[in-house]
Amino acid sequence: MCLAVPGRVLDIEERDGTRMASVDFGGVVKEVCLEYLPDLQIGEYAIVHVGFALQRLDEESAKQTLELFSTLGMLQEEFGDPWELAAQAGGSPLPAAGIDTAQEAQK
Amino acid sequence: MKYIDEFQDPDLARRLLDDIHSTVTRPWALMEVCGGQTHTIIRHGIDQLLPDQVELIHGPGCPVCVTPLEVIDKALEIASRPEVIFCSFGDMLRVPGTGRDLFQVRSEGGDVRVVYSPLDALRIAQQNPDREVVFFGIGFETTAPPNAMTVYQARRLGIQNFSLLVSHVRVPPAIEAIMQSPSCRVQAFLAAGHVCSVMGVSEYPGLAERFGVPIVVTGFEPLDILEGVRRTVRQLERGEHTVDNAYPRAVRPEGNPAAQAMLADVFEVTDRAWRGIGTIPGSGWRLSQRYREYDAEYRFSVTGIRTREPAECRSGEVLQGLLKPHECEAFGTLCTPRTPLGATMVSSEGACAAYYLYRRLDITTASLEANSVV
Ligand code: SF4
Repeated sequence: MCLAVPGRVLDIEERDGTRMASVDFGGVVKEVCLEYLPDLQIGEYAIVHVGFALQRLDEESAKQTLELFSTLGMLQEEFGDPWELAAQAGGSPLPAAGIDTAQEAQK
Repeated sequence: MKYIDEFQDPDLARRLLDDIHSTVTRPWALMEVCGGQTHTIIRHGIDQLLPDQVELIHGPGCPVCVTPLEVIDKALEIASRPEVIFCSFGDMLRVPGTGRDLFQVRSEGGDVRVVYSPLDALRIAQQNPDREVVFFGIGFETTAPPNAMTVYQARRLGIQNFSLLVSHVRVPPAIEAIMQSPSCRVQAFLAAGHVCSVMGVSEYPGLAERFGVPIVVTGFEPLDILEGVRRTVRQLERGEHTVDNAYPRAVRPEGNPAAQAMLADVFEVTDRAWRGIGTIPGSGWRLSQRYREYDAEYRFSVTGIRTREPAECRSGEVLQGLLKPHECEAFGTLCTPRTPLGATMVSSEGACAAYYLYRRLDITTASLEANSVV
């Protein structure tokens, strides 16, 4: 959760009166809120934390960071299935209950 | 220099290291505030590449680790209620409360869902008007603005079945508390870069001046850390103590004013208990009076909770830089990521977990001292 990952804005739309964007994090696309960086444009990079763009980043350093994160497996840690990760860490089976989750909410 | 080839730019890393090695003349103790930085340092063996005189002390900057046990227990109680959908970031799932964790609550039938963003939780609330959706709002100054925005949006959109269980913490009061401790050995700080992306640097000059410590805003990648250490050591050797920004690509001096304005609207500063450390005055945020109806603690009266910390766990000392993880008797034996006793072992950003994960092959607790690997 602490990780803030650079991503590139693919498109921008207004939803429920809020400026939202699809942002590409080295292949994983997530919805991101732009309310804290309202003048961010398509094609620009920003540091994104828990679905919010927090600060602009130049393209070169953004790409370098993404490359590094993917080499280190940190993108997987950030965007992989959290239940799976927690189950692995605890050595326990996945709890069955409930519909999931982040993916579900993204729909 | 066994790890250095893994650096993104090994030549630059070598140059930064050479500079540090040739600058240092005396022992110095630096604290990296952020758990993400601790993770990078241990993962890349940066502490082993630095001169022996430069000691990195791991700070309290892991939000998962410092969330008080009482708040975890409240979360577990709320999450167990049949009418509640409890939403959380994934790294809270295995944080032990008194006796169990969120993972177990879900096994027992609780509707616990993991979200990537607090706005996902708000959407779940919109989709489930007959349920109560509670989001677990923890984290430092980087995470607080997204959570503040979510509460603001809930009110703006008239969403009634959403609330926040808040346990936000602030870095500057923690720095102050660490410096005021009689056993403090910290002589300089590597400040957490992304916290400063939001808050800017204005909170730090007063602290640097008052305690005579350099504060260098530092990023999270291996080269960022080396550059942060290099600038810190230069200041220390020269007897300076200023605030310096070694992470300008992500940190502007003024931070993010829109995020700061939202924080000031939705939250108010409060005293906050830190797990293992105790209460630090002014070190947290809670929802301000105007947003009280979105406070899960008010909505669900969760009182009379009795907490019980495992006696063996010394994570409080670890969080304050008074003890290295492997110096804890339970490290690697009673306490592992599979059977964590304290939050510093369960969170991947916790110092105990970082030591366990990346030093696992090099060490066993018995041979730690003998090999002096750490
Ligand atoms: S090793 Fe485990 S028991 Fe020891 S301080 Fe760390 S979390 Fe606590």
